[in-house]
Amino acid sequence: MKIAVASGKGGTGKTTVSVNLYYFIAKFWNQNVQLVDCDVEEPNDAFFFINRKLERSKSVFQMIPEIDTDKCTFCKKCAEWCEFNSITIVPNLKFAEVNASLCHSCGACIAACDFGAIREKEIPLGVISSFDTGIGKGMTEGRLEVGSAMQTMLIKKLKKEVTEKDCITILDAPPGTSCPVVETVSESDFVILVSEPTPFGLHDLKITVDLLNQLDIPFGVIINKAGLGSDEVYSFLNEKKIELLGVIPFRREYAGLYSSGKILDNISKDTENIYIEIIKKIKSRV
Amino acid sequence: MNIVITASGNSLESKFDMRFGRCTWFCVYNSVDKTTEFFENENKNINGGAGTKSAAKVAELGAKRVISGDFGPKAKSLLEKFNIQMIVLDDDDLSVENIVDNLKEL
Repeated sequence: MKIAVASGKGGTGKTTVSVNLYYFIAKFWNQNVQLVDCDVEEPNDAFFFINRKLERSKSVFQMIPEIDTDKCTFCKKCAEWCEFNSITIVPNLKFAEVNASLCHSCGACIAACDFGAIREKEIPLGVISSFDTGIGKGMTEGRLEVGSAMQTMLIKKLKKEVTEKDCITILDAPPGTSCPVVETVSESDFVILVSEPTPFGLHDLKITVDLLNQLDIPFGVIINKAGLGSDEVYSFLNEKKIELLGVIPFRREYAGLYSSGKILDNISKDTENIYIEIIKKIKSRV
Repeated sequence: MNIVITASGNSLESKFDMRFGRCTWFCVYNSVDKTTEFFENENKNINGGAGTKSAAKVAELGAKRVISGDFGPKAKSLLEKFNIQMIVLDDDDLSVENIVDNLKEL
């Protein structure tokens, strides 16, 4: 079973909720649980498991086409087939080149070329690492190569890597509502949206709710940093009949614990109770 | 020598277009016979890669210089490879004619 944690706005508490859910699901529900950090541009879930042990680490690659200008006739067929406008052909200059940052490695250009002028070469996409955390089945993260813009491709590979049928998988999504988020939440059985009661939090929550309705994935909302901002977000949830899974009050000390990587040390009874209630509600939905 | 000026319309009275990749028209000024010719930018509304497409277009038009408001990093790197000089003009009040007149005086 896959449960994704998403938000729209960044900094609402996806990582906090993901790490805690993973911990409390292992403690109170099922030991067969794993955490997957899909925020591949800045994965930080692993920081909260100070005694983690690296189990596996592998580099993954993207295939980028290369055009051999000795064989190329500059007919532009490959450039016409390319959906992503990544190929530049200038016949009068005998110039043919692929822009790696636009290429999505779909292979269409290779199929298009009638002259065998295009070959693929590997370029680094990122690193996928698995850790033994001492909790449940451990965690896995994807870490994007600096300079690469292919988050979605890495998340796809990361999801393939961790697919285990009978395991509860918590996927910590990147912020936003674009392709990397769609890739993370698609095929999930349930999505937890983490929001905060601020105008920005509500604005982005609405966009994310629209997205999940279009993808037809069931979801519920956790309000983090409650006490800040206004009550508008609660009216929105009422009006749209969206289930409120839990409310986590804002506490400055908690932000301090987060910054020092210690949210799983000396967990307060209040926090524990909040997550026990959240898990109950998730269980009734999946 | 051909010089490309990014333009918001297809006449000399048209305003200079500050965008490179997503300009509306390319005006080609031939500095030898002092003529101008306009070509529509068919890539101005594509999702991505407008800058590289426009750079290729400018090269195909045989330009040695291109005048626009600014150039994105992908377009810039291609234009450098094509050996086409980029000229940045930070004045969106200019018409294409104003720029052509200045070029004629060179």
